[in-house]
Amino acid sequence: MSSDIRFTDFKSDKQPTWCPGCGDFGTMNGMMKALANTGNDPDNTFIVAGIGCSGKIGTYMHSYALHGVHGRALPVGTGVKIANPELEVMVAGGDGDGYSIGAGHFVHAVRRNVDMSYIVMDNRIYGLTKGQFSPTSREDFETSTSPDGTNQQPVNPLALAMAAGGTFIAQSFSSDSQRHAEIVQKAIEHDGFGFVNVYSPCVTFNDVDTYDYFRDTIVDVGDEEFDHDPTDYDAAKELILDRNKEYQGVIYQNENSVGYEKREGVEGPMTDVPDGAPEDAMDLVREFY
Amino acid sequence: MSEDLNWAVGGEAGDGIDSTGKIFAQALSRAGRHVFTSKDFASRIRGGYTAYKVRTSVDRIESVVDRLDILIALTQRTVEENLDELHDDSIVIYDGERSMMSDFEAPGEMRGLDVPLKRLAEDAGGAIMRNIVALGAACAVSGFKIEYLDESLEKRFGNKGEAIVENNKTAARLGAEYVDEEYDFSTPYDLETTDNDYVLLNGDEAIGMGALVAGCRFYAGYPITPATDVMEYLKGRIEDYGGIVVQAEDELSAINMALGAARAGARSMTATSGPGIDLMTETFGLVATSETPLVICNVMRSGPSTGMPTKQEQGDLNGMLYGGHGEIPRFVLAPTTISECFHKTIEAFNLAEKYQIPVYLTGDLALAVTEQTFPPEEFDMDAVEIDRGKVVDEGTIDEWQNETGQFKPHAVTDDGVSPRSFPGTGGGAHMSTGLEHDELGRRTEDTEMRIEQVDKRERKVETAREAEDWSYREFGDPDADTLVVSWGSNEGAMREAIERLDADGTDIRFVSVPYIFPRPDLSAEIEAAEETIVVECNATGQFADIVEHDALSRVKRVNKYNGVRFKADELAEEIEAALGGAAEAEVEA
Repeated sequence: MSSDIRFTDFKSDKQPTWCPGCGDFGTMNGMMKALANTGNDPDNTFIVAGIGCSGKIGTYMHSYALHGVHGRALPVGTGVKIANPELEVMVAGGDGDGYSIGAGHFVHAVRRNVDMSYIVMDNRIYGLTKGQFSPTSREDFETSTSPDGTNQQPVNPLALAMAAGGTFIAQSFSSDSQRHAEIVQKAIEHDGFGFVNVYSPCVTFNDVDTYDYFRDTIVDVGDEEFDHDPTDYDAAKELILDRNKEYQGVIYQNENSVGYEKREGVEGPMTDVPDGAPEDAMDLVREFY
Repeated sequence: MSEDLNWAVGGEAGDGIDSTGKIFAQALSRAGRHVFTSKDFASRIRGGYTAYKVRTSVDRIESVVDRLDILIALTQRTVEENLDELHDDSIVIYDGERSMMSDFEAPGEMRGLDVPLKRLAEDAGGAIMRNIVALGAACAVSGFKIEYLDESLEKRFGNKGEAIVENNKTAARLGAEYVDEEYDFSTPYDLETTDNDYVLLNGDEAIGMGALVAGCRFYAGYPITPATDVMEYLKGRIEDYGGIVVQAEDELSAINMALGAARAGARSMTATSGPGIDLMTETFGLVATSETPLVICNVMRSGPSTGMPTKQEQGDLNGMLYGGHGEIPRFVLAPTTISECFHKTIEAFNLAEKYQIPVYLTGDLALAVTEQTFPPEEFDMDAVEIDRGKVVDEGTIDEWQNETGQFKPHAVTDDGVSPRSFPGTGGGAHMSTGLEHDELGRRTEDTEMRIEQVDKRERKVETAREAEDWSYREFGDPDADTLVVSWGSNEGAMREAIERLDADGTDIRFVSVPYIFPRPDLSAEIEAAEETIVVECNATGQFADIVEHDALSRVKRVNKYNGVRFKADELAEEIEAALGGAAEAEVEA
């Protein structure tokens, strides 16, 4: 890995088709900065993207990447990382991809704790299908498919992660670019599943969870006066269960975390195989005597 | 075939039926006898009825028959379930002191041998060994030397200590001695032994071993009958080669993990059965259109939906050939025997990587739960070749970059196959996607590029059709008027059926097809035959439909879909009936 990697090296020559002002621009820039800051380069980085506006991110970044099936980005990332632990694996998707169709995988990816990062662009709306409510939409949020509100509780992704034994639980705001990049960087550096829920506003279909709303309400747990210790599980739990505020920063981190692939004893890339049967292959047969 | 013996042990799930049967099968194998086993089992952990059946001969056996000579019955139901297979000379070993067998009487002319299994086991050291007492009794009944059991008992109980092994040996001897002393019994069987060394394995194990030998390093799966044995085989072995087994949260995840590992450059595989294939179908199109080499093993069971999870069927053929929306090529391989499960698995990995295509490797329950003996040389490791296809490295990558230095993972080539750059390879960074894409792997809706990409993916099939061997296996009389075609696991039963039909004066040419797509064109064979019969374990004749379509000719069908595999004797009768039916139809016409 060369030290002269700049974050723009992770930019592809494709111009994003996101709406002007979309939070995903800031989210992506922060991801690229964090990757460059951690000494990665496009040739050792694998981005897995889901479906939706957020899923386009693999096209706009330059690295090894797979744009997968709706909701299944985490299992793909899991396979990539385990098969080659030398790669930097980052999975990106939206709130629909991660907490609705992919909610099952989210919980299991958290508890498996593979050493990769998961960046969720949470805009609390379905944008690409033009404005239906999402799993993180507020209960009274009115959309084309919820004219009288959703009548459902929004998912609390951080609480889900904590309940599943998450080892790195963070939240950021795409517009606070410096902090966002810092938080993603910490997720990358964490040995285990680095989960960052990013408030990434949709300027076209969500007139409730706007830039102004987040700017006005967000509290940074990293602020000195806030005095939050991310390794304090109980303190983190309290913040996560507090639904009256929007927090950003690393809410919880288990510093003893070790990635699943290491605990499973994976020592290196699984890419090389012999040209023929392994030398001891007949031993496999003799086991059946 | 020389004389064969059909033996079974049956009782309730939880009675230790499987391990008891396997000990006997292994002992026969160690004695240089061929063995072919089958299981009756239900989807429950305790109770019900389950049986392990062993057919043995000094000649190779590849099928079961409708005949049971010696039955160890731990429950009355075991006898009732097997009345069709039992005959006048059958011997039933049971424990009349077991409350549920106290009023048991052997039906008809068959002979019942009441052996106090539990009491003798207690004499040997514990009631838990009652099945081993029964094995000893069965040795006495069949004339099989009890010493052969010893090695099998050592293998099974060796890790539990010397004392346990010795107790089990004693238990077996007490069973044998009881029969010798209490019953005036001279065995009608001559269980000849040989000096041959055989190995004993089932189809799932053969697939697992094939995967290891082929260099599979990543397996993700979700447990499901009857595919779980593949996963259990690999777990604990694949690690020795630097690989891993990941138990996923569901099949959706399993195939996506396997896909991820394959994109990372590992030889990767998942195995499941019908319900799992349904879930994996979601991702199948992505695997195919992102041109990711992946082996998807489908060990079929009876469907649809939950169907009959512990019963045999070959009902997923159409699902594998056509499953998923849109149009996308895939290969479908169907090994026809247990040893072929090994060879075809290796082939599946090579095909997947050479053509960057998903390969369905399909077994079925009959192959999965059957253990069969083979000479070890049948798994010829020297013949194994690994072909990873068009993998590029940093030295050659510039040949596959565009003018701005971007790698082209979906380059349009003459043979349809594009270069493959493993992540980590300098200059090879690229994306792929389930969206239609250009040569760079980036979304496109350009009409010309759409056609180029669809055509290049299809062209891989044409390339493979030319370059690879998609032939069938042929048995019987090549000049016979009657052609029988089958696919997958029916081969063994059909081969024995041919012998029986031949003895009755009916000549058969039998073509056993291990390749479903691409597949051999049978037009000429069908043209040359007067009658063609397609044999398969499903109701509608899915392969027969394909054969008719290929050859533009009608065929007769022999189908079985009651959940039980074809048996050789039954299949011979079905073929005769199908041929007789033809004669009648002609008379009517």
